[in-house]
Amino acid sequence: MTDIGFVRSAMTDARPAPRRTSGVGAWLRKNLFATPSDAVLTVLGVIFLLWVVPPLFNFLFGHAVGPNGTVEECRMPEAGACWAYISSEMEFFIYGFYDIPQHWRPNIVFALGALLLVPLMIPKAPFKRVNAVLFLFVYPIVSYILLAGGVFGLTPIPTEKWGGLLVTLIISVVGITLSFPLGIILALGRQSKMPVIKTLCVAFIELIRAVPLITILFMASIMLPLFMPQGMTVDKLLRALVGVTLFTSAYMAEVVRGGLQAIPRGQYEAAASLGLSYWKQMYFIILPQALKHVIPGIVNNAIALFKDTSLVYIVGMKDLLEAVKTKNDTALEWQSANTATTGYIFAAMVFWVFCFGMSRYSMYMERRLNTGYKR
Amino acid sequence: MSQVSETTVDRAIDTSHMKVSKTDVAIDVVNMHKWYGDFHVLRDINLKVMKGERIVIAGPSGSGKSTLIRCINRLEEHQEGQIIVNGTELTADLKRIDEVRREVGMVFQHFNLFPHLTILQNLTLAPIWVRGIPKAEAEATAMHYLERVKIPEQANKYPGQLSGGQQQRVAIARSLCMQPRIMLFDEPTSALDPEMVKEVLEVMINLAEDGMTMICVTHEMGFARQVANRVIFMDQGQIIEQNEPEAFFSNPQHERTKLFLSQILH
Amino acid sequence: MTTLDTGQKLAPRASFFNDPVIRGIIYQVVVAVLLIAFISWIIGNTAANLAAQNKTTGFDFLWKTAGFDISFSLLPWSRASYYWEAFLVGITNTLLVAIIGIVLATMLGFTIGIARLSSNFIVSSLATVYIEVIRNVPLLLQLFFWYFAVLKAMPAVRESITLPFDAFINQRGIMVPRPTPDQEFTWVMVAIVVCLVAAIAIGVWATRIRTRTGRYPASIVLAGKFGDACVTLLVGFTALAILLNAVYPVANGTVIAAIVAAAIAAASVTRFAPIARGVMTFAVAFVILNFMIGGMLSWLSPVVTSAGAALIALVMASVVYTNATERPPSDARFPLALLILIVVAIPALIYWVTGATLAFEVPVLERFNFRGGVQLPPEFVALVFGLTIYTAAFIAETVRAGIQSVNRGQTEAAQSLGLKDGDRLRLVIVPQAMRVIIPPLTSQYLNLTKNSSLGAAIGYPELVNVFAGTSLNQTGRAIECIFMVMLVYLTLSLLTSAIMNWYNGRVKLVER
Repeated sequence: MTDIGFVRSAMTDARPAPRRTSGVGAWLRKNLFATPSDAVLTVLGVIFLLWVVPPLFNFLFGHAVGPNGTVEECRMPEAGACWAYISSEMEFFIYGFYDIPQHWRPNIVFALGALLLVPLMIPKAPFKRVNAVLFLFVYPIVSYILLAGGVFGLTPIPTEKWGGLLVTLIISVVGITLSFPLGIILALGRQSKMPVIKTLCVAFIELIRAVPLITILFMASIMLPLFMPQGMTVDKLLRALVGVTLFTSAYMAEVVRGGLQAIPRGQYEAAASLGLSYWKQMYFIILPQALKHVIPGIVNNAIALFKDTSLVYIVGMKDLLEAVKTKNDTALEWQSANTATTGYIFAAMVFWVFCFGMSRYSMYMERRLNTGYKR
Repeated sequence: MSQVSETTVDRAIDTSHMKVSKTDVAIDVVNMHKWYGDFHVLRDINLKVMKGERIVIAGPSGSGKSTLIRCINRLEEHQEGQIIVNGTELTADLKRIDEVRREVGMVFQHFNLFPHLTILQNLTLAPIWVRGIPKAEAEATAMHYLERVKIPEQANKYPGQLSGGQQQRVAIARSLCMQPRIMLFDEPTSALDPEMVKEVLEVMINLAEDGMTMICVTHEMGFARQVANRVIFMDQGQIIEQNEPEAFFSNPQHERTKLFLSQILH
Repeated sequence: MTTLDTGQKLAPRASFFNDPVIRGIIYQVVVAVLLIAFISWIIGNTAANLAAQNKTTGFDFLWKTAGFDISFSLLPWSRASYYWEAFLVGITNTLLVAIIGIVLATMLGFTIGIARLSSNFIVSSLATVYIEVIRNVPLLLQLFFWYFAVLKAMPAVRESITLPFDAFINQRGIMVPRPTPDQEFTWVMVAIVVCLVAAIAIGVWATRIRTRTGRYPASIVLAGKFGDACVTLLVGFTALAILLNAVYPVANGTVIAAIVAAAIAAASVTRFAPIARGVMTFAVAFVILNFMIGGMLSWLSPVVTSAGAALIALVMASVVYTNATERPPSDARFPLALLILIVVAIPALIYWVTGATLAFEVPVLERFNFRGGVQLPPEFVALVFGLTIYTAAFIAETVRAGIQSVNRGQTEAAQSLGLKDGDRLRLVIVPQAMRVIIPPLTSQYLNLTKNSSLGAAIGYPELVNVFAGTSLNQTGRAIECIFMVMLVYLTLSLLTSAIMNWYNGRVKLVER
């Protein structure tokens, strides 16, 4: 039965794919016109885009009044977005009522923060430990001294005057850095075998997660002063920080718990068999692994917190959104049909840039961490 | 290589079959090419499979052997050439694809049982909804095949409760319930623990004895020796060598075949 | 352990503080004592503070007259109402937006989540842009945008914008007609409910017979054909009537529409059914597209609009025609048209027979304001809008993740068994995806409910606004008010997680 025998004498060389399966035409066919129904969807999509994009473009750019424009131009009936309003109120949106001659102080804080945070976020950058210590312990003190003043000949500036993007960033950075260790403690407490501690942690976490942030802030705003000894006032910024931190720590605890549960039992057993104490086991073996797993979850919490800072108007702080709203409502000299819309679009863009950046960073870290586990 | 039971399968295939009418051809692949994007995965494949024939495809990973059998029931689309299954040519026409898929059973490396359904429901799903077979009848057929793969007692469990070998046997039974004329096996034993390989191979041998047309991508050379009419060796997306198992293993012709066999047979 | 007596030192009793059990007890006692001390310190301070401010505590205020207005309430409310009634109004208002928001956000979110997975580049890109824009902007900002920048920027009452169906929009919100059903209409409502139940029952029964015998019951098949014809007639007539009366007016348009629709309907029960379906699809799609394109791209000339609409409708008709030729025989087809017909036609018949009327009280612009109709305040509209759009982005991601969680091998296995796309989705993919989708979906519903508290920021009288805001300010009972508000949310949350635990236990995949 030699007729089934076959031996290839010459190898067939690879050929480029036929025209209809490669190149632009193939891409279009595959992604836009694969089937007749697909073609219909594509056409409807294009109609939708034609409907939405030109007016949007005209509003934002085409008919918009540039940063150097005047309010009269913004009041023209055909005018689009009023960017002149944004550029003229930019200082307020960034610093709030912070004394204008002292703006260099927050600027230094911004610059220092970026300088410390960027290498911390790049996985390959060296000196992680020093960097982290500087960022977590030294930076907050320096920043507080710089911003609040009162020492080293710096004019004292009360927190009531702080505002805008400055406050948004302060609350989110402080909230995330404080809620993180608090969340770890709560998560460990929730896993603890001691009933009293476990119950307390579970009760705290579940209670906080059950209620909206707005009620926690109401509580911080109205009840915190009641809880303090008579005559002691609680700074508004501090109220916001307490509320936001407690709130986020409960969510952080759940994220960390997920990481702790993902660690195989063997790791706990190995750690215990080394004769390490509980805290050493956690610090050296369990937490480093658990936290690495949950970086994306932590970043998601950071994004949520960043968006939630917009609620601190409840305690009377003027964050970015509240600053924009205040100007929209009160800047009579800029009143026009599109002033408020422009203000909100500007605020949305700022929030979007930060949140989108964080989410991309989280996805990047996720991919990086995943590679270690791919088979 | 695992040792399988020593039942010899009648390997002699009627040579008269080889050149007769079209109706005896189960699968006919003619000058077939396939690309993934710009990567030329399958190059100039020509393969004629007769009814009742049992073919083993071997080759290093990435040689395109899985892709080839996935093309045969249109889980992948080919770009040039023809694939004719039971006289039906595979094109973009959904009706023809359905027709072919009803006649061709496929067993996957990772079983792909439906985890939310019991074993019995896994087996009766397609007969009921594709063939419109009454439930009682479909269940009877299902039990028949479960007995053939020797696990009737698992009928009311869920796939997650079964071992890998049991799951793969269920997957084979699930395909058989559609009464296919051709069975395709895509590395059916490579995801299994060694001790479970045997039980799956036994089921496959049993199937071969019944005269099922089979194309099997596998590294189980013992199985190939025992049941195959033909062994096909693929590399770089093309068929390098094919022969009957004895000749293939004892006297490989092509350099690549020799190299491959020396690597897997030690 | 029996060989301890080899001269080694006997293991001493663990030192008192090194015994883990005792250590644990000590830790717990310390924590408990500290906590009690902290709480009593807070209570002491609070009592002192309240005494200094001459404030009392207790829940007696609930039975006092509230004396303030609530702009929007489903329950009867006046200034003379009590505080506990304000509490209830707050809860109902919260639940109202939450329920409406959940329904709308689910529909929008599933659509966008599925669109996101579409193989069509434009569709999936649009969905991605929507998700990435919406979920990275704070909800409060979006609420402000809808409320201050959109709804409050609407024209004054006198220049109200007219919407379709006698609705109007202006600074004070959206005015819609108020349905005023008469007595007989009750029967129609009853009929709708009964028919809905009947349709579901028939569907279940038919499916059961289909599994048992392999065929849908003959009676259902026959009724299904009749249903097909009726639906074709109704829809075809409507489309053609609009086409021949409004788009291209011709003399006797309605009569021609009726004749043509009847012809198509008759054809739909013969072997020309695919052609009938194709023609009908063309008519319906053309009418809809003509209006849609004309409305969206008004700068196009009418000729181009019609030509474009006709072209798209033609492609759609050809798709439907091809699908129809490939349909399984009618005894292997789920009688969907019949079920729709039951739910729509029987109540319509009863409406006609009983002579019931469903009149609408249309809002009419008078000197300073609208009279009649229902006024949806801008706060309500903005909150529903904002919550729906925001939550839909998150639901879409949940849906996408759920569908993607179903292994690709499941699709391949189903395909290799010859299951058709519809059956594959219904029997294999959706049941598995829903297990993954439902738990996070529920927590999105809970989030939406909690987020409805942001309505307080735009003045919608929901629970936080009414109770932790106005009532608290007027009574000064801060602790009581906030406690009651938190208790409501806590109850909702615990209830949801109890239901979820039950559900998860039920659908959990059985593993070894």
